[in-house]
Amino acid sequence: MAQVQLRSVVKKYGSLEVVHGIDLDIADNEFVVLVGPSGCGKSTTLRMIAGLEAISGGEIAIGERVVNDLPPRHRNISMVFQNYALYPHMTVRENLGFSLKIANRPQSEIDRAVEEAANILSLSDYMDRKPGALSGGQRQRVAMGRAIVRHPEVFLFDEPLSNLDAKLRTQMRTEIKKLHQKVQSTIVYVTHDQVEAMTLADRIVIMRDGHIEQVGTPLEVFENPVNTFVATFIGSPPMNLLPATITNGEVAIENGPSVALPSAFEGKVREGQAVILGFRADNLMPRGHSLPMEGQHAAFDMKVNLSEPLGTETLLFSSLAGREVQAKMLNPRPVSPGETLPFQLDLTRCHLFDAASEASLR
Amino acid sequence: MNENLKHRIKARILKALHLVALFIAMAIICVPGLWIVLNSFRPTVEIMAKPPVWIPSELNLDNYRAMFGAVGEGGVPVVQYFTNSLIISVTSTVIAILVGMAGGYAFARYRFKGKAGIFIGLMLTRAVPGVSLSLPLFIVMAKTGLIDTHVGLILVYVALNVPFTIWLIDGFFRQVPIELAEAAEIDGCTRWQAFWKVEFPVARAGIASAGIFAFLTSWNEYALASQLTRSTFSKTMPVGLRDFTSEFTINWGGMCALAVLMIIPALILTFIVQKHLIAGLTFGGVKG
Repeated sequence: MAQVQLRSVVKKYGSLEVVHGIDLDIADNEFVVLVGPSGCGKSTTLRMIAGLEAISGGEIAIGERVVNDLPPRHRNISMVFQNYALYPHMTVRENLGFSLKIANRPQSEIDRAVEEAANILSLSDYMDRKPGALSGGQRQRVAMGRAIVRHPEVFLFDEPLSNLDAKLRTQMRTEIKKLHQKVQSTIVYVTHDQVEAMTLADRIVIMRDGHIEQVGTPLEVFENPVNTFVATFIGSPPMNLLPATITNGEVAIENGPSVALPSAFEGKVREGQAVILGFRADNLMPRGHSLPMEGQHAAFDMKVNLSEPLGTETLLFSSLAGREVQAKMLNPRPVSPGETLPFQLDLTRCHLFDAASEASLR
Repeated sequence: MNENLKHRIKARILKALHLVALFIAMAIICVPGLWIVLNSFRPTVEIMAKPPVWIPSELNLDNYRAMFGAVGEGGVPVVQYFTNSLIISVTSTVIAILVGMAGGYAFARYRFKGKAGIFIGLMLTRAVPGVSLSLPLFIVMAKTGLIDTHVGLILVYVALNVPFTIWLIDGFFRQVPIELAEAAEIDGCTRWQAFWKVEFPVARAGIASAGIFAFLTSWNEYALASQLTRSTFSKTMPVGLRDFTSEFTINWGGMCALAVLMIIPALILTFIVQKHLIAGLTFGGVKG
């Protein structure tokens, strides 16, 4: 069993506190992704789990063991680094077998484990090459192979795909997901790419400025963001946010139209409260090019400033109440800039955030 | 004429000029060395002839024979000088490299108080002309009884070389990504194992080149050695060259013969270590 537990973990550099007492429970075999903008403390958190950074307060447990002061080699973890950190003076075979050799395992066992890892990651053809003679994707696979050879309790990934080109990144993403199904072990994965987080994670941990903002399954954080930060960070394009006021039981968009109060928020707002109305591009579509909106919805006309055809749909950039909002058009037809279209907003999918605290009012 | 042909001819002419210029430069650099080798094989008459004789009429090993011969017949204790040089150079190089590795690693990897100041201080010692040290060194060595000993000269050469080896090795360790050691630690190494099994082999090329520089400095040094050595017990080869000068004459042939014996080990060493000097050893381990 290899659950990972963080209890009020703090990291300070001198007087500067970068991680402010975070709590996190990671279950056995769970794939957890830490995501957030650069400088949010996600890599530091990962390095503290690895034992590469000392923790300044709190407690980290792997399995049942508190590992606060154990060096990395006693934590039974393995890690894939952003720049791979392959040993340049060793062949692929030696790189893969290094950890077992250090542990003084018999050669026959090392050979077997290396062979097994090479097969899982289709590395068998490059076993006698040095890392310098490999492509980026191959190096990435060697780095993963080095991690799985030892059958650790926990895998740590530190932005492993950020040095690959877009196509390879998608491919390796799938391989990591498959790998997790094959080797069945706990994975903590750090990325700043919300698409990676959404596609890979069992649970996403969204961090900002050394705090955890929200923890949840990809759908939970997408459907029910706890605040405007999560709302704009998760999902592409980011959620549209418009300042509004609750007036006469309706949501009056600043300098714009009023829409009915979404029924999910009835009784949760008070008259005159300053709020932020949030909705995704998927829920704002031109009439005739939208999903059927059978529930509560609003309708208004908007001028289209710019359109980005994506094939199956077109992304529309329009102005509403003096702010740019993004909408989607299904079964697209060409749209010329400046054209005015009748839009429908699905109110059942809208969010309201408190204007002052930016927290969700749901 | 075809425009492409014109450019092709121009490129070829430039290439030829380039080679000729390189040849001339190399010739200028190599002539003194070749002249020494040539002189070691011929009699003084021909060496001193004016205008200089470039094509020797006769080559023989007389100078070498005399040098290894009995004292009084032009012989000098070559083997003893060679042994002294070897002991002093090798020992001081090994010490300078060990200290340089420890220091270079510390400067490259750790943060400590006064780091920049200490580093600048070390570099400033390089700015002191070696000769200006000769009198103070002489007094210190005389007081401590280290004049005319191997230990004395070894200490001096270690002191001369350490700032340089620290600076050079620091640069090489900086190029070794810190993630390599971290990956090794996660793979089960102690800090010490991570250094010897990963960081040291990756930086080996740089350490070897620092070693060559330190060795050649000690091997070739003349000014300080001539002050601090007295007898055959500790004289190094460069100092031994002076045995060929007497009150009224200089035995140029003998001097050249000993100089050739000095050059050979340095050349051999450089050739051996050369393969470790191949740059780019650290490439490929990181990034895509």
